[in-house]
Amino acid sequence: MSKIEKTFKKLKQQGKKAFIPYIMAGDPDVEKTIENVRLLEECGADIIELGVPFSDPLADGPTIQRAAERALAAGVTLKKLIQLVSEIRTFSQVPIVLMTYYNPIFKYGDERFVTDAVQAGVDGIIVPDLPPDEAQKLIGASHSRNLDTIFLIAPTTTEKRLKTIVKASRGFVYYISITGITGSKLVLHETFKEHLALIRSLTAKPVAVGFGISTPDEAYTVSRLADGVIVGSAIVKKLHEKPEEAKGFILRLNEAIKGQ
Amino acid sequence: MPALEELDYYYSKIKNDASFKKELEALQKTYIGRPTPLYFASRLTERLGGAKVYLKREDLAHTGAHKINNAIGQSLLAKKMNKQRLIAETGAGQHGVATATGAALVGLECDIYMGSEDMQRQALNVFRMRLMGARVIEVSIGSKTLKDAINEALRDWTTNVRTTHYVLGTVFGPHPFPSMVRDFQSVIGKEAKKQIIGAEKRLPDFLIACVGGGSNAMGLFSEFINDNVRMIGVEAGGKGIETGLHAARFAGGSVGVFQGCKSYLLQDDDGNVLGTHSVSAGLDYASVGPEHAFFKDSGRIEYTYATDSEALEAFELLSKTEGIIPALESAHAIAETIKLAPKLPMDNIVIVNLSGRGDKDVQHVARIMGTEL
Repeated sequence: MSKIEKTFKKLKQQGKKAFIPYIMAGDPDVEKTIENVRLLEECGADIIELGVPFSDPLADGPTIQRAAERALAAGVTLKKLIQLVSEIRTFSQVPIVLMTYYNPIFKYGDERFVTDAVQAGVDGIIVPDLPPDEAQKLIGASHSRNLDTIFLIAPTTTEKRLKTIVKASRGFVYYISITGITGSKLVLHETFKEHLALIRSLTAKPVAVGFGISTPDEAYTVSRLADGVIVGSAIVKKLHEKPEEAKGFILRLNEAIKGQ
Repeated sequence: MPALEELDYYYSKIKNDASFKKELEALQKTYIGRPTPLYFASRLTERLGGAKVYLKREDLAHTGAHKINNAIGQSLLAKKMNKQRLIAETGAGQHGVATATGAALVGLECDIYMGSEDMQRQALNVFRMRLMGARVIEVSIGSKTLKDAINEALRDWTTNVRTTHYVLGTVFGPHPFPSMVRDFQSVIGKEAKKQIIGAEKRLPDFLIACVGGGSNAMGLFSEFINDNVRMIGVEAGGKGIETGLHAARFAGGSVGVFQGCKSYLLQDDDGNVLGTHSVSAGLDYASVGPEHAFFKDSGRIEYTYATDSEALEAFELLSKTEGIIPALESAHAIAETIKLAPKLPMDNIVIVNLSGRGDKDVQHVARIMGTEL
């Protein structure tokens, strides 16, 4: 059982949901990222998603695009980010998931990337522009080294594709709450519950929901239905624009999700 | 993915549908003005002193470039799929104009994404799109050119996929776009083949076309792939490969995965996409259609590049010798012709795809030449 699977299992036994914050690694620099990881863990993060900056982040809205620009300007690359994870492992064992577009991995080399990432202490990967049908090599390499592969389900995903995605996913399944990009306004489609029920009927794997969740209230609503709640843009924005309010905000998100 | 599956399903169903074909053919003839002529450029031929040069006059198609072939095809398809809205990216503005035209023709809403730098370079096309009822949305993130306009269009499509069809303008992106766009553009090659056999009773020796994403080249080349004809794709050499200011993916790039397909890409060692430069907005793009990459690797198609200054010289030469002002994109193909034709025997035949007319570039070229308009 992977560290991520264990985390979900433990939370389930306690009747709790996972709080999965996302931050852009290297925004605005490596030192701050390490501080932010400490902060997130302190505030109750169960799993931390680290964004890998990319020049053309197709699935992301303006908040994360700008954060990626700042991180790229600070010289942060996939290679440096893997080193950063090794450094985090000297003080924290919180499960870490990298969210990266595929080209940086492709350029790095699938096998070499998986080896280095696992060695550094990465627990899972999300590659939003790589559909599972095209990911056989990466999935094979990852699963043989116990690295979880997390694939995304959209509200428009058909039942046939659901089966493929759920099968290829390990650790958890990432349900995109909206048709759209990160940081969009959350408008849950009327079929949200039904669709989630359909996924539940196909798999016992945990389902975490993300995209567009920006307030503790929204996080609460989603946490009633999902096993985990992913909050990205709202945290990235707070850390960038009003860092003094970040801690309080992240604590409130965690409380809303954990039902305290 | 669901959107791509839906599109693939409808397109494969409709492409062999007799009534769809008939409707498209009728529009090609009565609306686009096809077939476009294959013109023997006698004065250019004489000037170059070698092979006979023919121009496939896509510049004479409605809206002034080959882009309309694909835009009308996809607009009809979107209508059949019951979509209410079209979106598209545009670099030089030609594809945006073509899509706005298609939207007006079949009665759909239309939003066009365009980089702010391109909007300045191609102000005339921006106004043309607006005249036809399209909204032009400025993209001011990243490099502010075609690549970023595609990113934004893809983001829009992801968000509004239920109501919207994305009219991708070139043989790029995820399946089925590269093959679908090639199919809609293949009318160029089909006509050219018939026309050259009519005029010369034989196939040409060379085909030359510029390659941005590569749709006009693929449209001309695909019909000749199995024939004994040499083909040359011309990329944008910008200020020269060694300067790094170019868009020559084959000469200066490596294989990558970008915007939904695997092809040659201008990227750094960490897989981030590099900025590009070309005097022509339509060739100013970091990657190239995956089928081109395939034919590059197999050796079936040769690729070279022309620099900004070579393209500008070709732009002037064609204007003066033939009275045809080419688009700066097409001027790259003319530039290669200027290099190649004099080296060939006089009985050789070269067909150049004159993919668009140069009206849209006149102001830009005047600025470069330091002429006040």
